Amino acid sequence: MIIQKQKEFETIQKTLEPYEKVFIAGCADCATACKTGGEEELAAMKKKLQALGKTVTGMAVFDVACLRGEVRKITAEHQVEIDEADAVLTLCCGSGVQTIGDYLDTKPVVPGVDALFAGETIRAGKYKQTCQACGECVLELTDGICPVTRCAKGLLNGPCGGYKDGKCEVDPDQDCAWVLIYERLKARGHLDKMRAISAPKDHSEHHHPRTYAWPRPEKVKKDA
Amino acid sequence: MSLKEALAGDGIVLTGEVGPPKGIDCHELWEEAEDFRDTVAAVNVTDNQSAVVRISCLAVCIKLKEMGIEPILQMVCRDRNRLSLQSELLGAAIWGVDNVLALTGDHLALGDHPRAKSVHDLDSVSLLDTITKLMVGKDAGGNRLDGAWKRIKLPPPEGKKKPKIKYEGPVVEKCPTFFPGAVVTPCAEPLEPQIIKLEKKVEAGAKFIQTQAVYDPVQLEAFMKAASHIDVPILAGLVMLKNARMAEFMNANVAGVFVPDDVIQEMADAPKGDAKKVSADIAARLMREMKGMCKGFHLMPLGWSKPAVDAIKAADLA
Repeated sequence: MIIQKQKEFETIQKTLEPYEKVFIAGCADCATACKTGGEEELAAMKKKLQALGKTVTGMAVFDVACLRGEVRKITAEHQVEIDEADAVLTLCCGSGVQTIGDYLDTKPVVPGVDALFAGETIRAGKYKQTCQACGECVLELTDGICPVTRCAKGLLNGPCGGYKDGKCEVDPDQDCAWVLIYERLKARGHLDKMRAISAPKDHSEHHHPRTYAWPRPEKVKKDA
Repeated sequence: MSLKEALAGDGIVLTGEVGPPKGIDCHELWEEAEDFRDTVAAVNVTDNQSAVVRISCLAVCIKLKEMGIEPILQMVCRDRNRLSLQSELLGAAIWGVDNVLALTGDHLALGDHPRAKSVHDLDSVSLLDTITKLMVGKDAGGNRLDGAWKRIKLPPPEGKKKPKIKYEGPVVEKCPTFFPGAVVTPCAEPLEPQIIKLEKKVEAGAKFIQTQAVYDPVQLEAFMKAASHIDVPILAGLVMLKNARMAEFMNANVAGVFVPDDVIQEMADAPKGDAKKVSADIAARLMREMKGMCKGFHLMPLGWSKPAVDAIKAADLA
C-alpha cells in the first residue's frame, strides 16, 4: 500500500488560492485506507473549502485513481462537474494525481496529499516501510529483512559502528536492521550468508521513471 | 618512513588525527599537524566528520604531504557515489596520498545538512574492493585504466578483416598505489556482526585497522581475542577526553564507546586548569596497559594534539 498523509490545510488553501471552483477526487484504495482521500475525508474537505467561500462543483472517490480505465470511466460520469471546476483537488498519491491529471490534460490538477512510502500496516493508522521497490531483491541473502530499506544507510555488507543496544544511531526507536539480520541468520544457522561479500547494488534497476510490462505470452502455434 | 613500512616493523605504531575546519582558516589545523610530526607514523585527515561540511580531506592530505607529514585519507561512502570516490582515489594517487581509510560515514541526520541526500552507493567493504581493483588497473566497473594495459594487435582471425586486440597487463607502474585501511567498533554489542564485517573488510583488501575509541583494557582484550584470526595490524583508538561531561555524553550518545566510571571520575576530579594534563595521563596509562594487546594506537585528539603528544611521550612505548 502507498502510505500517505494529507497536506496541512494551510498548504492546500495556498495551492487553491487562484481557483474559485473546485472538484475533489479521492481514491478507494490506499487513500481510503490511510484516511487521506476516502468518502469521509472528501466530505470534510468539501466543508472546509466551502467555509473559505469556494464552490465545490462535485466529488468522486475513484475506485483506484491510478487505473487509467477507471479514471476514464469515473471522469465521464462526472464530466459536467469537472468541466465546471477551475481545478481538481486530488486526495490520493502522486500516481493518482498524474493518472487523473494526464487524462484531464488541460484542467489543473493539484495534490492535497504527500505520498510517503510503500509500506506495511502495523495497525490502522500505523505503518512502516520495509521495501522500497529497488528492483533487485536481496531478501534471500538476509533471510527476509531488507537492509536496503531498514538500514538507515542501506548497507549491504553488515552493520556500521553506529548501533547501540540493537538500535540505530539515527533513531533510538528504530532497530538496527543488521543486528536483526545477524540474530535471525544466527538462530537459523545461516551466518555464512552474512560472510559473503555483496557487490554494490545495480542502481540502473531503478533509474526512473521506471516502466514495466508483462512479457507478451508466446503465441501457441496451431498444429498444421 | 611510510605507514606501511612502520606497520611492517616490530615496534609499536602510533597514528594521530586532524579534522579539517569548516571554512578556510587553517592555522590551528597546521599547528595540530605539526604537533604530530616525528611522534606518529601517520596522521588521519577526517572526511566531513560528523556529517558536517569541512575542507576536502584530500586537499588537506596533499598539504600535509608537502609539509612532510604522512597523511591517511579518510573516505566515507555517505557523500559520493562510486564515480566520485574513484576519481578522488585516482587524484589521491597522483599526489602520492596512498594511505586510505574506508568508512561508512556518520548519518546525515547527525550533521549540519540533515536535509541533504545521502549516497551510500558503495559501503566500506565495496569501497575497499574498489581500491583493490584500481591497484590492479581496473575500475569498479571492470574497465581498464588508461595506460595500465598494453594494447596488442594480433592478426585478424581467419575470414575477418579487423585485427584482434589483446590487452596485457596490468603495467604495475601505471597503476595507482594505495595502502587501504578500515575501522571496527571493538566494544559494539553484539560484537560478532562487527567481526564478520571486519573479516570482509580484510578479504576486500584492508591492510590495517584502526578501532573506535576503547577505554577499558578488558574490553580491548576481549575484542582482540575475538579478532585473533584477523591477520592485519590493529591500532586501538583513543579519543582524548576533555572533561567528565564529554565522557558522559559519549557513553550516552556515541554507539560502541564506553568510558568506565573511574575514568570519568578522574576527569571530574581534575583540578581547574589541569584537564589537559589529566587527559594525557589517562591516555598514557591506557596505552601502557593495552600495549601488549595490539600493534599500536590511533589517537583522536579533537583539537587536543598537544596533550595527545604528551600522552605518547609519557607512555614511553618504545
